[in-house]
Amino acid sequence: MSDDARRLKPVDVVIVGGGWAGSIMAKEMTEAGRSVVMLERGPDRSTASEGAYPASIDELEANFRYKLFQDLSKNTVTIRNNSQQTALPYRRMAAFLPGEGVGGAGLHWSGVHFRIPPDDLRMRSRVIEKYGAGFIPEGMNLQDYGVTYEELEPFFDKAEKVFGTSGEPYMINGKVVGKGNVFSPSRSDHFPLPALKDVYTAHLFRKAAEEAGFHPYSLPAANASRQYVNPYGAQMGPCNFCGYCSGYACYMYSKASPNVNILPVLRQHPLFDLRAGCHVLKVELDADGRRATGVTYTDPDGKVVTQPAEMVILTAFQFHNVRLMLLSGIGRPYDPVRNEGVVGRNFVYQNVTTSTVWLDRGVETNQYIGAGGGGVAFDDFNSENFDHGPLGFVGGSPVWVNQAGVRAIAAAHSGGPPGTPRWGSAWKAGMIDTYRHSLRIDAHGSNMAYRDVYLDLDPTWKDAYGQPLLRMTFDWKDNDIRMNRYVVDRIGDVAKAMGARRVNLTKREFGRPFDTRQYQTTHLGGGAVMGSDPGTSALNRYLQSWDVHNVFVIGANAFPQGTGYNPTGMVAALAYWAAHHIRTTYLASPGPLAG
Amino acid sequence: MRGLAGIAACGTSLASHPARSRPPAPYVPRFFTSAEWAFLIAACDRLIPADENGPGARALDVPRFIDMQMDTPYAFGAQWYMLAPFVQGPDNLGYQLPYAPRDLYRRGIAGMNAHAATRHGRPFADLAPALQDDLLRGAENNRLVFGDIPSSVFFDQLLANVMEGAFSDPVHGGNTGLGGWTMLGFPGARADFMDWVDRYGAHYPLGSVSISGETA
Repeated sequence: MSDDARRLKPVDVVIVGGGWAGSIMAKEMTEAGRSVVMLERGPDRSTASEGAYPASIDELEANFRYKLFQDLSKNTVTIRNNSQQTALPYRRMAAFLPGEGVGGAGLHWSGVHFRIPPDDLRMRSRVIEKYGAGFIPEGMNLQDYGVTYEELEPFFDKAEKVFGTSGEPYMINGKVVGKGNVFSPSRSDHFPLPALKDVYTAHLFRKAAEEAGFHPYSLPAANASRQYVNPYGAQMGPCNFCGYCSGYACYMYSKASPNVNILPVLRQHPLFDLRAGCHVLKVELDADGRRATGVTYTDPDGKVVTQPAEMVILTAFQFHNVRLMLLSGIGRPYDPVRNEGVVGRNFVYQNVTTSTVWLDRGVETNQYIGAGGGGVAFDDFNSENFDHGPLGFVGGSPVWVNQAGVRAIAAAHSGGPPGTPRWGSAWKAGMIDTYRHSLRIDAHGSNMAYRDVYLDLDPTWKDAYGQPLLRMTFDWKDNDIRMNRYVVDRIGDVAKAMGARRVNLTKREFGRPFDTRQYQTTHLGGGAVMGSDPGTSALNRYLQSWDVHNVFVIGANAFPQGTGYNPTGMVAALAYWAAHHIRTTYLASPGPLAG
Repeated sequence: MRGLAGIAACGTSLASHPARSRPPAPYVPRFFTSAEWAFLIAACDRLIPADENGPGARALDVPRFIDMQMDTPYAFGAQWYMLAPFVQGPDNLGYQLPYAPRDLYRRGIAGMNAHAATRHGRPFADLAPALQDDLLRGAENNRLVFGDIPSSVFFDQLLANVMEGAFSDPVHGGNTGLGGWTMLGFPGARADFMDWVDRYGAHYPLGSVSISGETA
């Protein structure tokens, strides 16, 4: 492929993917004086164009025609529930919604911005310490990240300051300072902005969760509660709870995005070259496959071009990073039969179900009001915050009201309580009642990694460039279903304290396979995980390929298993962590950063 | 990019139909044949009937919305992965037919009318509402056969577009007079609740507003 490709002038660093991870890495590498080419296969995008009010406030285009999302006609994945099935293409957007274009999904995410619980970083060690190795179910590939919270803390802090994150701390430098999450680890500093106001449903949830004996806190949100200027000089406006968050570029410049918080500065930098409409086909390796020499991509005219570089940083979406490694021959592909090999191993999702609570008809819940990252949560059943011993499952789930704004078409689709017809007068009455007087509570659980859940290349279906699609083999497992069912019952306790008129607790059902037709979340993870053992991780603890030292792979692909939290905060911290070690060690002396 | 251009084009075409000031000229469908159009109007009005809770799909111009959508890339399947082979599998692995929305409508409406003719000797649009509901339920529950299209696939396509037509911004041709949003209590493109976020439990006083500036 590369023989007849046009070769461009070499650069120091090529970055594949223009979302959060790519923008952070590009900023850091240009600060280090390196020339950077950032390749983004989607179109160039900015808040000024895609976020312009009022045209951007269009639910049909944003959420039902997927204006800012991945173009599945060119490239998708195939999915099956187990390795005996034939995987079939994910032809229409439904279960998960990957982004595309400059800013990536960071342009139109919601904004929940967490630090990972410290125990989640050393989950295998922690579970064995607390419950013994026999507690880990057969077939679960439970692993540690190889990095500690204390090591990552400065980079969580940096990311929050860049994102302009709003929140309420609990503990700073070991001292209790506020009413934040009592289970959260100590911080080195405050959030840059105070927590957002509670919308009504979050306010009710906070009261009821307290009455039920839990410990509610304000969700940390990368939606600015006040106007803000970040350390790069990028400016944010205050969130006005417009209710058009997930799926939309923020017209108020309140939701952190690469487009608002990093790219306006980066675009001015003489060492930075952003190329949109460029789809990377593979990372080029030298003859012995130990060093990357650049990448080959198709440019906007469809010409195949090779960009030589000293370093390649993959910062595409989780599964695209894994696919590029497989297509390029970086790292040994995972073999689920032998549980050997690393690329494709430990593919995980987010185990989320949404329950509904109906209040009295005199109460308007005003679900059209919302901020994507705002809300109230409790962590009493997340991570290792509770005793799993008698419960017999690994993992956990925060519980929250995260009212990002429910719009009209979505409300029509959601309809009424269970048993209501999907159309006709009964649907209409149930749907209107539900929209006006209900609220939604999520159990946003972790999903553990299993030996027979993995990613590889599909043998049949190809993308528009003739390369094999990525194949997902995924299903829910009993451990995770039991965790979900236990935590959702606690939602029942909260609903009771709220004085609910009616409650629909939504739980995972044993034996019901993963359904690609229903939206769940885009929090996909793993597949090229970080760790301290090259036998079970594709990347070392600095997110550097064990096999090809000048390739770094930044994204949720690095998570060895799922966590109860949203991934973006962790991805941003890992990007700054990796960048720090590249800048302080790797650039002066390129080679493996971990032995 | 296409989306914004599409909105602008829709806004222009709708400006020639000021529904409130004088009776609008009847909409002439561009995609649907007259027989299909008759089905669409009848079926939409059963899916969202006019009742004490608000207007029905016909008054909201949902058929017009669907016809206008048929001229967008979406209706040609441009946003779907449509490369072969097309292999059928378990329902939970999702849509696997080689048909774009335009194909689903063409074949699905023909299938519905064929079932109406076989059972009742008349096209769907000429049946009594109870018989129409019966056929729609048959399609919804996948009890009808339209060649290689499961009837529930057609029904789900229709129902999804009907919901979109009733509750999307009027610039797309449906939700006429913002009637869908008004019955739901959805403020539309107001999109500023800085002063309402902590007015707990209170009814929001301002009417819905469209991207075009039209208010309810």
